[in-house]
Amino acid sequence: MDVAARRLTPFGLTLILVVLNVVPLHVPALAMVFPVLPLIAIYHWAIYRPELMPYYAVFFIGLLQDILTNMPIGVNALVFLGVHGAVISQSRFFTGKSFAIVWLGFALVAAAATLANWVLISVYNMALISPGAVFFQYLLTLGCFPFFAWVFLRWQQTFLEHG
Amino acid sequence: MMLSGKADISLIERIRVQASDAVAPILDAISRPVATVTEIADQLEELSQIQAENTRLKKDRAQLLQWQTVARQLEAENKALRGLLKFSPPPKATYITSRVIANAVGAFAHSLLLNVGAPDGVKKDQAVTTGKGLIGRIASVGNRSSWVLLITDLNSRIPVVIESTRTRAIMAGNNSDRPRLIHLSPGAMVSPGERIITSGHGGVFPPGLAIGTVSSVSDSGIEIQPFNDRRRVEYVRILDFGDESLIRPAPFSSSPSSARPSSGRPSSARKDGKKTP
Repeated sequence: MDVAARRLTPFGLTLILVVLNVVPLHVPALAMVFPVLPLIAIYHWAIYRPELMPYYAVFFIGLLQDILTNMPIGVNALVFLGVHGAVISQSRFFTGKSFAIVWLGFALVAAAATLANWVLISVYNMALISPGAVFFQYLLTLGCFPFFAWVFLRWQQTFLEHG
Repeated sequence: MMLSGKADISLIERIRVQASDAVAPILDAISRPVATVTEIADQLEELSQIQAENTRLKKDRAQLLQWQTVARQLEAENKALRGLLKFSPPPKATYITSRVIANAVGAFAHSLLLNVGAPDGVKKDQAVTTGKGLIGRIASVGNRSSWVLLITDLNSRIPVVIESTRTRAIMAGNNSDRPRLIHLSPGAMVSPGERIITSGHGGVFPPGLAIGTVSSVSDSGIEIQPFNDRRRVEYVRILDFGDESLIRPAPFSSSPSSARPSSGRPSSARKDGKKTP
């Protein structure tokens, strides 16, 4: 693969996750609340290859997420940008840290993102969204993190090391 | 940006619809193999229970044959009585069948994306059903995709009646599995297990579509268990009542529910029988 194309893959992979997120899987437990997979991707690439996941890409991913999950346009764009900004500002902290620390960081960031989402949507609808499903979604996302982080790391080592 | 979604609904809606249209073919392509795999898994599961299923079906069939006889008698009686009353029946629906290509069911919104659009005859506010009952209504329509707002969504409000007592209420979604009944007439008695159907008030939905049963009654509210499991819906039917909606001039003044004139819609606009099958 040519270098420029490789450097686009973090963005491409994240887009795929956005689409995958809404494919009807007919697995009852999964379809009840689906994890916010793009959040994992944005967090991961913001830590390891921030230059390949610029803010405008994050914004675009957020918009697509809003459209495909039928949420008010701009909510996820805002939240994803917030996550991106938070991670970039703490990039010095994350360099060379163990996976457990990175995961813990994700737990904090995702909690903030979920809370922000919950507040924004509740205010937008002028009604309280039941926190149970939101919390479940947060836990699912957290649980999916190791798998996707591993896939991204492998991808990074295979395709992006010399990019 | 979010606020502009509230302020300029049509513009944001157009953007959403166009984007959905653009992504629809991709989602359509991805969802097909996924559906096939699910189907195979389901078939294998069914294969193991085929004997028990057969016995059950035979029993069911015997019961249904009895019901068929009853239904035929009632139909004949109904027809005769309608003839006596000069009752004008509600318009008959045609169906648009569609595949579900995206399932945006999360903590924050409950909607489905379908692979049919305006050219197929889909219009905003049409009722969306499955074999089991109502599942939602069309929220927005594009050229090759349309969004369904599920009855469990926070923004869904559906006028319903309790089938046995004819008590009116509004069923409000709350982004959970169980929508609630609100605006119940005071003193109404509701008990678990009662069937909930659409009332047809407001003219968006036809009356009598099955929705679900009352699952629990408590101080915090009355919860409904919908007949449809929104997680397992692969195909839906969109009810199409032709050019005009269900609201039309009352044939005579003694039916109050259909006599409500629609605001802003010329009451003589409906061409009777134009698109009825």
